[in-house]
Amino acid sequence: MIPQATKDSVEVDYLIGALVLASVAILALVYGLILLYMFRYHAGSKAERGRPSRKSWRFEIAWTAATMAAFFGLFLWGADLYVRLFQAPANALQIYVVGKQWIWKVEHPGGQKEINALHLPIGRPIQLVMTSQDVIHDFSVPAFRIKRDVLPGRYETIWFEAQRPGSYHLFCTQLCGAGHATMTGEVVAMSAPDFEKWLSQGPAPTGARESMAAEGQVLFMRLGCSGCHGAKGEGSGGAVKAPALVGLYGSQVKLSTGAVVKSDDRYLRDSILQPDKEIVAGYEPIMPSFSGQVDEEQLMRLIAYLKSLKAKEKP
Amino acid sequence: MRPSYLTDGFSLRSWLLTTDHKRIAILYLGSITLFFFIGGVAAALLRYNLISSRGLLGSAEIYNKLFSMHGVVMVWFFLVPAVPVTLGNFLIPLMLGARDLAFPRLNLLSWYLFMIGGITVLYAMIIGGVDTGWTFYTPLTTLYSNGHVVLAVVAIFISGFSSIATGLNFIVSIHKLRAPGMSWHRMPVFLWSLYATSVIMVLATPVLAMTLLLLAFERIFHIGVFDPSVGGDPLLFQHLFWFYSHPAVYIMILPGFGVVSEIIPAFSSKELFGYKFVVWASIAIAVISFLVWGHHMFVAGESLYSALVFSLLSYAVAVPSAIKVFNWVGTMHNGYIRFDAPMLYAIGFVGLFTMGGLTGLFVAALAADVHLTQTYFVVAHFHYVMVGGMVSAYFAGLHFWWPKITGKMYPEMWGRAAAIIIFAGFNLTFFPQFILGYLGMPRRYASYPVEYEPLNLLSSAGAAVLAVGYLLPLGYLIWSLMYGKDAPANPWHATGLEWKTPSPPPTENFPATPVVTEPPYQYPLKEAVSHE
Ligand code: HEM
Ligand SMILES: [Cu+2]
Repeated sequence: MIPQATKDSVEVDYLIGALVLASVAILALVYGLILLYMFRYHAGSKAERGRPSRKSWRFEIAWTAATMAAFFGLFLWGADLYVRLFQAPANALQIYVVGKQWIWKVEHPGGQKEINALHLPIGRPIQLVMTSQDVIHDFSVPAFRIKRDVLPGRYETIWFEAQRPGSYHLFCTQLCGAGHATMTGEVVAMSAPDFEKWLSQGPAPTGARESMAAEGQVLFMRLGCSGCHGAKGEGSGGAVKAPALVGLYGSQVKLSTGAVVKSDDRYLRDSILQPDKEIVAGYEPIMPSFSGQVDEEQLMRLIAYLKSLKAKEKP
Repeated sequence: MRPSYLTDGFSLRSWLLTTDHKRIAILYLGSITLFFFIGGVAAALLRYNLISSRGLLGSAEIYNKLFSMHGVVMVWFFLVPAVPVTLGNFLIPLMLGARDLAFPRLNLLSWYLFMIGGITVLYAMIIGGVDTGWTFYTPLTTLYSNGHVVLAVVAIFISGFSSIATGLNFIVSIHKLRAPGMSWHRMPVFLWSLYATSVIMVLATPVLAMTLLLLAFERIFHIGVFDPSVGGDPLLFQHLFWFYSHPAVYIMILPGFGVVSEIIPAFSSKELFGYKFVVWASIAIAVISFLVWGHHMFVAGESLYSALVFSLLSYAVAVPSAIKVFNWVGTMHNGYIRFDAPMLYAIGFVGLFTMGGLTGLFVAALAADVHLTQTYFVVAHFHYVMVGGMVSAYFAGLHFWWPKITGKMYPEMWGRAAAIIIFAGFNLTFFPQFILGYLGMPRRYASYPVEYEPLNLLSSAGAAVLAVGYLLPLGYLIWSLMYGKDAPANPWHATGLEWKTPSPPPTENFPATPVVTEPPYQYPLKEAVSHE
C-alpha cells in the first residue's frame, strides 16, 4: 500500500474512498439491473412483462436531478480540498527546485544542494518554489498526494506538511524526453532535530557552502545590480534613479500603468528577466534585461537575497 | 433484380474511383482495420516491455517512440474516424432512405485525404518516428525532440481535412436527404449521434489544424509562440490542443452511443427508452464538450479559478452520459432479449463505458485529480472509455450490420465467444492499471520501481487475452465472406429503413424512395421473435 505521509493525504484518500463507494453503488445498480434483465427477460422466458410504459419523463427527470445533486456534492468536496492544497500557509519553509532533463536539483535556503533527493523536516509546512531549465517536468510525490507541473520561464509552487519520517518516491510525471522514466528520486522526511543535523552536515557539492542569500548578494554585486539599486539594495546607488529593494518582497507595488501587483517570486523573476514588462510607477524603463546572463539557480539565489532584504533593515 | 453494389463492377478502377458511399465505406473499412492492427502491434510491444520493471525492450527511446506511434495512430487514424467513416458512410444514406450522401465526390476525396495522411504518418514512423506522445506538448516538441515531428504533424493536419469534409457531408445529407415523412423526431438515434459528432468535427478540427500549424512553424522558424525564452507561453499549446482534443473524445464516443442505441432496442424487441432524452443528451454533450478542456490542466499551472470552473463544467458534461446509460438499461426492462453477438458487444459497451465514465468523476474531482492524473489511473480511465467503450461499440455495429454490408452471416458462436473474451481480456488488462495509478505509477515510463511489477504482469497477461479477442473477429469475419450463409434482408427483425432493402443493397439503395410513417423503434408488442 501507499503510505499516507502528509496530513492532507488522508483527506485526499477520504475523497477517493467516497468516489469508490459511489462508483461501486452505481456499478452494482447498472450491472445488477443488466444481469437481472438478461436473466428475467431473455427471449424465451415466460416472465410477466405488462404493457411497456411510454411515459418516461418522470423517471428521466428524477434520475437526472439525482445525478446532478450527487455530482455537485462531489465537485464541492474535491474543490474545497484543492483550494486548501493550493494556498500555502505564510510561515512555510521555502525550498527551491529546478528541473532539467533529467534530474531534479534542490537548493535549501542555507545553500545545501542536492540532486534527485529532497530532505525535509516533518511537522512543518514546506513550500517548494519550482522552475524548469528546459521542457515541462512534473514534481510528484505519491505518498504526499501532490503533483505539479514545473514549467520553464515561470515559478510554480506546491506546499505540504509531512507527518511521518521515511523515504518516499519522487517522480517526474510529465513526459520530458528519453530519460523521463529515470527522472526520479527520493524525498526523505526527518524529525526536526535530525533535519537540523542533516542541514549542518549536509551535502555541499561546490566547496564551501554559503546560504543562498549570501551567494545571491555576491551575484548582486558582480552583475552590477548594486550600481543602480545600491550596495544594500537601499536604492539610488549612483546617477541612475532606481527603486529601493529593501522590504520589497511581499509588498504591493504600484506600476506605471496604475495597476498594483504583489511582489512575489514571479514578480521578482520577471523584473530581472523582462524589466520592461512591469515598470514601477515613477521610474524610467531603463533597466537592462538579465535574461541569458543568469541561469535558473542563480536567479533563485538572487531572489533569495532580495527576500532577505527584510523591512527591518529599513531606516 | 439489379446487381448489388458489390457485384456492380469488379475492376480496381471501379473501386478506387467509385462515388458510391457503400464502396467508399468498404475502402475505409480496409484502411481502418490496417491502422487498428498497426496501433495494436505497438500496444502489444508496450505491454511486453512493461512485464519487467527494468523494461524488456531495453531502450527508453524505443519505448517512447512506440507509445507515441500507438497514440497517434489509434487516436487520429482509428478512434476518431472509425464509426463515422465505415458504418456512418455505409448507413447514413440507407437510414435516411436516400440514394447517396449529399456530396459523393467529396466523400471519395475524404478517403484519399485520409490515406495520404495515414501513409505520411506511417512513413514518419518508419524513418524514425516521434518521441513526444500523441499530445505533442511544447517546448519538448518544438525545441528538444529529435523525432520527425513536422512530418507527423503534417499527416494529422491532412487527415483533419478528411474529418472536416466528412462532417460537412454528413450534416448536409441529414438536413437535405431525409425520406418523405422522416421528421427530426422520427430519425434513428444513430443518425442523431453522427449529426452531433459531425458538428464537433466541423467546429473543433480547424482549431487542431491551426494549433499543429503553429507547432510546425515554431519548430522550423522558431517564431516564439510557445517558447518562454522569447516571450511565448508553453501553456498556450495545451489550451489550444485540448480545446480540440477534449471535444474529440466525444467525436470518438458519440457514434458509439448511436450504435448501441440501435442495437439494444433491436435485441430487446422494444422501443428505445426515452428516445427524446437520448437525442437531446447527444446534443448537450456536443455543446458542453467545448467547455471542459481545462480539466486536463489541473496541475499544469492554470489559475485556481479556472480549475474550479472547469471542474464544475466537467461534472455537467457527465450528466447527459449518465442519462444515456440509464436509458439503455431501461430499454431492456420488460423486453424479449436475445443474446446474439451484437447485443453482447453492446452490453459490454454499456458496462465498460460506465466504468470509464465513473472513473472520470475521480479525475474531475480536483484534489483527487492532483494525485491521480499523469498516472496509470488516467491510462486506465481513457482506455475504458475509448477502447472498452468505443471499440466494443464499433464491433457491435460491425456485427449488427455485417449481414447488410456483405450479404453474409458471420458464425454466431464465434461472435459470442469473441465478445466475451474481449470483455474479460479488457478488464484483466486495464483494471489493474487503476490500482497502479492510485499507487502512484507514472504513465509513459519505460521502466519503473519494482513494487509495481505484479500488477503490470497481470495487465500484460490480460493484454494477451485481449489480443486473442481482437484477432478472432478478423478471422471469422473474413471466413464468413467465403463460407457464411447468405443473409436475408432483415436477419435481426429490426426496424429502420436500412433493413427494408436487400442484403447487400443494390447500388441505388432503394428501388423506390421509401416513405416513413412512424417513429423509429416501433417493435411489435408480441411474444419473442426468435432468430434461428
Ligand atoms: C491490447 C490493447 C491495448 C494495450 C495493451 C494498450 C496499452 C497501452 C499502453 C501501455 C500505453 C502507454 C501508457 C503510458 O505509458 O502512458 C497506451 C497508451 C495509449 N493507448 Fe493503448 N493499449 C491498447 C489498446 C489501445 C487501443 C485499441 C487504443 C485506441 C483505439 C488505444 C489508445 C491509446 C492511447 C490514445 C494512448 C495514449 C498514448 C500516449 O500516452 O501518448 N490503446 N496504451
Ligand atoms: Cu521530467
